[in-house]
Amino acid sequence: MEPVARVSGRMAPLDRADVDTDQIIPKQFLKRIERTGFGPFLFYDWRANGDFVLDRPEHKGAAVLLTGENFGCGSSREHAAWAIRDAGYHAIVAPSFADIFVANCFKTGILAVTLPPRQVRHLIDLATEDPATEVTVDLEAQQVRGDGFTYRFEVDAFAREMLLNGLDEITLVERQASAIEAFEAQRSEYFPTVR
Amino acid sequence: MPKTLAQKLWDAHVVRSTPDEPDLLYVDLHLVHEVTSPQAFEGLRLAGRHVRRPDLTVATMDHNVPTRGGVRAADDLSRKQMEVLAENCRREGIPLHQIGSRRQGIVHVIGPELGLTQPGMLIVCGDSHTSTHGAFGALAFGIGTSEVEMVLATQCLPQNRLRDLAVTVDGELPLGVTAKDVVLGLIGRTGISQGQGHLVEYRGSTIRGLSMEGRMTVCNMSIEWGAKAGMVAPDDTTFKYVEGRPHAPKGEEWEAALDHWRSLRSDPEAVFDQEISIDAGRLEPHVTWGTNPGQVAPVTGRVPSPHSDTDERALRYMDLKPGTPFADIAIDRVFIGSCTNARLEDLRAAARVIAGKHVHSKVRAMVVPGSTSVKKAAEDEGLDAVFKAAGFEWRNAGCSMCLGMNPDILAPGERCASTSNRNFEGRQGSGGRTHLMSPPMAAAAAITGHLIDVRELL
Ligand code: SF4
Repeated sequence: MEPVARVSGRMAPLDRADVDTDQIIPKQFLKRIERTGFGPFLFYDWRANGDFVLDRPEHKGAAVLLTGENFGCGSSREHAAWAIRDAGYHAIVAPSFADIFVANCFKTGILAVTLPPRQVRHLIDLATEDPATEVTVDLEAQQVRGDGFTYRFEVDAFAREMLLNGLDEITLVERQASAIEAFEAQRSEYFPTVR
Repeated sequence: MPKTLAQKLWDAHVVRSTPDEPDLLYVDLHLVHEVTSPQAFEGLRLAGRHVRRPDLTVATMDHNVPTRGGVRAADDLSRKQMEVLAENCRREGIPLHQIGSRRQGIVHVIGPELGLTQPGMLIVCGDSHTSTHGAFGALAFGIGTSEVEMVLATQCLPQNRLRDLAVTVDGELPLGVTAKDVVLGLIGRTGISQGQGHLVEYRGSTIRGLSMEGRMTVCNMSIEWGAKAGMVAPDDTTFKYVEGRPHAPKGEEWEAALDHWRSLRSDPEAVFDQEISIDAGRLEPHVTWGTNPGQVAPVTGRVPSPHSDTDERALRYMDLKPGTPFADIAIDRVFIGSCTNARLEDLRAAARVIAGKHVHSKVRAMVVPGSTSVKKAAEDEGLDAVFKAAGFEWRNAGCSMCLGMNPDILAPGERCASTSNRNFEGRQGSGGRTHLMSPPMAAAAAITGHLIDVRELL
């Protein structure tokens, strides 16, 4: 994977809590067998209803998605993260994320960053009042920065390392081959195999 | 130090533990289906890797499959996805229960049914409802496609430790109140994100008194309140269910397994990070009224007033007015199916309600058994005849209208009484409106044509 250190750009405010993965990428678009090409179907139903905030001209081309708590709840579909990335959002800032979704974001190279609700609210207000406002989500410094503010965020140290260095996690695990073999050797006899 | 069941299961699977890194866990069983795996297999192929343990991996087709007619999917993309799975399994030597075979079914139904799901295991699948398997005292959780690729390649998964949460349910379930109502009632209380970052253990006399089917229903919906996994300590109910199944240990191995399985319980002094208790005796049959599973209430009540933007949006989407008695809400469709509630016991419970009655003239109702074996077993005891006589469609096994990836979907505006687990906007079809409930409640709605307290029909 390409290393990811920071994302800079305008913000798109999706001011809703509990956005589930069925909204992010509806099921009829899960039939592709590739990891790409999901962008046009992001929030498909909401966009079809018209005047969807992310489609407003002033928010086109934004790089940072702002949203409410528990973003990405529901299904494990990584397609949700792929669709967000394909649509040009390389960072998401929210008060909280669903567990599987946030893991999927890091694997996809999206910076999914948690800030306190008050700070997210500030960013949403900024993006709404002046959509041209730019911010930087800096993984290295663990900061979301803009004109006149710097917000620090915590992030899983290991996920950060992986992203900053563009490491392939499978390669890292493969280096533990001897530990894996030792573990396999002591597994109980009665553990089933599917044969 | 005293440990919780979840921590015991976790510790038993640690291949390597290093400070400041996630633990590397070993996976005992990896379940695979057609929708979340193609990109993972493609990733393997591009990197020149192979599946490390095809003997600990098993695949089925469920999300996409048609539930009537032949085995041909309705559209080219679905068909392609199934072909790709078959090809990947062939190339890597992974057993596949494909459409048309007698062991095919929803991935979370066939694992337990085949005896693949056993106490003490670590089980993963590219599907959030993998928490279902926790009912056996296994550590089981859903993963994304990149993690699927990791497990295919290494049989391992790096994971950060999670917190412990105990849900204790005590007391006798009143007549007409099921495992589904236990978990819907719980989510109504916690909301849909309180479980975030936690492994949940369900305990207490009510849980002990549930069948394996009931425990699976409860564990299945752990993800609907944000928990990574849900589990129940194994006991005689568990062992009786597992014994004699195709992949269950036999003879001496069975005895050895039993010895180990009996140790799988939280130590009495173990400390949980959070505890919740529920009085089962006060539960009622529940229905959801909104667009997430936390927007739920006893069926005896009324549509509540909104408390947030989310509630307001939900009421708009559902076309419901606050104060409307639930019993005044007419429905168009009924879906009895999904990995939450499409096992034999669920079909029996629904059949008991409808026996000798007929589906309301304005309602279209269907039963989609959770697996081909469930379908066969139900037919052997004549349940299909009961459903058909009442005017239900009797379909082949699959996920079907739980998520509507196949042609089984709601039309825009249609309202459905459903035994599945998600009532998200458009989940069962764009513009469709879903009310989640137990199988007997859905059966009662089918007959009367509106939401109703099943106890009025018992
Ligand atoms: S039945 Fe529904 S929830 Fe269960 S695996 Fe299938 S789509 Fe997912």
